[in-house]
Amino acid sequence: MSTPEVRANPMLTPNKVGITKKEYGGSASTLCTGCGHDSVTLHIISAFYDLNIPPHKVAKLSGIGCSSKTPAYFLSSAHGFNAVHGRMPSVATGAAMANRSMVNIAISGDGDTASIGMGQFVHIIRRNIPLLYIIENNGVYGLTKGQFSATSDKGAIQKKGDTNTLQGIDLCLLALELGCNYVGRSFSGDAKQMVPMIKGGLSHRGTAVMDVISPCITFNNHEGSTKSYKFVKDNDQAIHEIGFVPSYTPIDVDYDHGTTKVVELPDGAHLTLKKIDRDYDPTDKNAAFDLLHKAQSSGALLTGLFYVNPDTVSYQEVLKIAETPLVELSIEKLRPPKSALDEVMESLK
Amino acid sequence: MTSPQKVNDFSIHVATVNGSGSQSSNNVLMRAIFRMGIPVNGKNLFPSNIQGLPTWFTIRVNKDGWTARKVDTEILVCMNDLTYVDDVKQLKAGSVVIHHDHMNVAALRKDVTSLAVPFSKIIAEACADPRLRKLAVNMVYVGVVAELVGITEEAIELAMAQQFKSKQKVLDLNRAAITAGRNHVKATWPELLDGKFSYQVQAMQKTQGKILIEGNAACALGSVFAGCSFVSWYPITPSTSVIDFFNEYSEKYKIDPETKLKNFAVVQAEDEMAAIGMVLGASWMGARSMTATSGPGISLMAEFTGFGYFAEVPAVIFDIQRIGPSTGLPTRTSQGDVLFAAHLSHGDTKNICLYPGNVEECYTLAAQAFDLAERFQTPVFVLSDLDLGMNFHMSDPFPYLDQPLDRGKVLTEKDQDQLAKFARYGDTDGDAVPYRTLPGLKDPRGVFFTRGSGHNAKAAYTESGAEYVTAMDRLNKKWETAKKYVPAPIVLGSGKNKIGVIAYGSSHDAMLESVHQLKTENGMDIDYLRIRAFPFAASVKDFIASHEKVFVVDQNRDAQMLSLLRIEKDLAAHAMKFESILHYDGYSLDARFVSDAILSSFNQKERKVS
Ligand SMILES: Cc1ncc(C[n+]2csc(CCOP(=O)(O)OP(=O)(O)O)c2C)c(N)n1
Ligand code: SF4
Ligand SMILES: [Mg+2]
Repeated sequence: MSTPEVRANPMLTPNKVGITKKEYGGSASTLCTGCGHDSVTLHIISAFYDLNIPPHKVAKLSGIGCSSKTPAYFLSSAHGFNAVHGRMPSVATGAAMANRSMVNIAISGDGDTASIGMGQFVHIIRRNIPLLYIIENNGVYGLTKGQFSATSDKGAIQKKGDTNTLQGIDLCLLALELGCNYVGRSFSGDAKQMVPMIKGGLSHRGTAVMDVISPCITFNNHEGSTKSYKFVKDNDQAIHEIGFVPSYTPIDVDYDHGTTKVVELPDGAHLTLKKIDRDYDPTDKNAAFDLLHKAQSSGALLTGLFYVNPDTVSYQEVLKIAETPLVELSIEKLRPPKSALDEVMESLK
Repeated sequence: MTSPQKVNDFSIHVATVNGSGSQSSNNVLMRAIFRMGIPVNGKNLFPSNIQGLPTWFTIRVNKDGWTARKVDTEILVCMNDLTYVDDVKQLKAGSVVIHHDHMNVAALRKDVTSLAVPFSKIIAEACADPRLRKLAVNMVYVGVVAELVGITEEAIELAMAQQFKSKQKVLDLNRAAITAGRNHVKATWPELLDGKFSYQVQAMQKTQGKILIEGNAACALGSVFAGCSFVSWYPITPSTSVIDFFNEYSEKYKIDPETKLKNFAVVQAEDEMAAIGMVLGASWMGARSMTATSGPGISLMAEFTGFGYFAEVPAVIFDIQRIGPSTGLPTRTSQGDVLFAAHLSHGDTKNICLYPGNVEECYTLAAQAFDLAERFQTPVFVLSDLDLGMNFHMSDPFPYLDQPLDRGKVLTEKDQDQLAKFARYGDTDGDAVPYRTLPGLKDPRGVFFTRGSGHNAKAAYTESGAEYVTAMDRLNKKWETAKKYVPAPIVLGSGKNKIGVIAYGSSHDAMLESVHQLKTENGMDIDYLRIRAFPFAASVKDFIASHEKVFVVDQNRDAQMLSLLRIEKDLAAHAMKFESILHYDGYSLDARFVSDAILSSFNQKERKVS
């Protein structure tokens, strides 16, 4: 019998599949202490624990960058593939096609996705490969020491003093445009919003995209940066909260009414977060476009689940691939019989 | 006709315009001769264009089974106004030209026989629908040639049935055009009838039971029958048909009879980087996976190939080589990727490469590539080329591969003892080939993280120089183990001659003929070794060591295979023996070229001595 104290500590309390939250963890992070990416890792662990997904049924995929290192820090009993820079989506596509029984989680950065990996990002969405694709977006290339990424806002100032002169790419807007059926944005420090959104994404039948603002405290946490933050755990909870009910039933969306939250950073910089309205309907695609276009010109970072369409068809279904994962097919199903070869040979005589 | 008759030993060169439908006509002509039991080979020389540019098809008919390219052709069919002047100029004396009646061939050459045919008039009479005439006119030359050289109606019918399946309307149309061609010959040149034309076919028994197939179809069959279940590719000539055939055969033989769902997946990627990425992802999951491409494609696959080598993920890559760089001459053959593929990627990388020398090997080595990729957990290249891949070659039917697939060292739940001491990148068996596990494994002791960056034996991240060296040295040792598994070279000849020649891949047909030429025409005995894989098996060294002189035939400018041989440390002592024979104009290698090169090498030496 477990005591109430033990039950209160999920780290040591098994979930429905008998696994403690601790066991959903991974190796120790080597990121900068306080890096936003580490917070995202914690939310991912919570989501898997809550969903009772056995880790061995999970495939973890990532590209290259500080963000892409993080799959080593969660679910150490799941296989992971740390691919090459920007080209994780193709590896994920092959993996998902070969074994459709896995739950796929993909971690990328804004550099990894919005520059070198833009082509593959576009095409994985287009194919609607079932996986949750999280972009840990800090507006910079963390691992190569702070160059601007393609999501940096125009006018942002780099630590060294350079100003970004180019328009930033809104990955949510792009995903929406490409036909993505699960599009949301959140903030690494916001467990209340993140965990349900991750759970929804993991249960989605196609590609789910989450653009998570995840500040780089080393290269992008200073005045003039539009993607910086301090630990915002305190009075931030009331805003942009979504409830989540696992797949195949309509997503129950529970938002607070639209407010704006200005987060003040230790160095005096400000980050403006805005939640979407309570009566916002995330199944209305046109509304999502409208919302994101308006937010773009307002300068505030809008968070929330912008669009969801649970009735989506995955690429395996489109291609009419066997229900049995290809990796589990017997030799008889993999290799046609001798009569087949004989027939081909006969036709070539 | 004055020139002496040649029976079952001549070439027909057909000059047409691409997109005009001449491909079907040429296939019918070639298959009809094949159906008469006479060895043939069909080579297509085509432009990088869809419609309207010159294209040539050469059918070599040879009773002895020599089916490599032969530079001189005996019968030229001129259907292309734009090229006929040049085409006629290149003929050797005594050739026959069948041409449109508006082409003034007689004015160009006095030493060739001109047979003017009013093709337009004939087809207008034979084909009522003006829209179909452009297509059907090509069948008229089939009739003309068939009547002159003596191809039987029965053979033509068999070939047509194969080409057009049972489409009755198409059959009727084409048959009418062929008959019109035959009738024209009968009415116009009675003196050439009944075996009096210089070039004749006579039924033989040399092709019974044999098949005619393109190398790319063979590679696809090898993949299908090796149990490949995942394919990703990006279209590029001359590799695309590997995938087309894979799809065709899989759609036929790998659909689940009950569910009608596919027991395979083919994904057209957005580029070659994605194609190889998908292959690595699917292989990592445990599916036999492949991609097919050509030079520009492997350039884009470079980074992932090195990843596969270092992280030890299987992959099969068909590189159907063509002339580079970039777009190069995309429809001309080449062995130009030999060095690049062998060392593709940054850092220290060595990739297993297989070099099929004929269509049957396109099939068997394709299948073996999957075994090798999984056994050695590394990318394996199958280096074919446009000549082998897109031309028709005669072969014995392929054997069914009923041996169990070699899925390599994969641990599953039941391998408890092994999982207890699992070290993904360790050398448990002393052969440097590690054990791997697949995603989905329940036992956490067997779970690991795949990464291209530094990893120790337990697959943990490391930046330790010593651990990196350990990893690289084991990979090298694994390479040594692979030498015993890759297809060994094949030696032709007694092995006791002083002169040796080394070749590989599509050079094989020409090499066989050249060895024969040198023997019969020059009394020269040489041993011929055909390399079939990199890393080189020990017998390659033995061959070089035991010959005084070794020619190496490459279809590239830079002697790429010779360069690979020169890198081998234990061959350094024999470096002086090598002499390169290089052929790189984009045409298939011909025997005479090789024979002349070998002969002139010795003649020059003699001159120097005297
Ligand atoms: C082909 C290639 N080019 C460049 C690099 C160098 N590189 C490593 S990480 C990185 C940027 C990562 O930025 P991002 O994806 O935003 O990740 P972050 O570190 O910010 O989380 C770059 C350019 C590489 N690894 N591979
Ligand atoms: S450099 Fe930035 S992104 Fe990278 S670990 Fe440090 S804080 Fe995180
Ligand atoms: Mg970044």
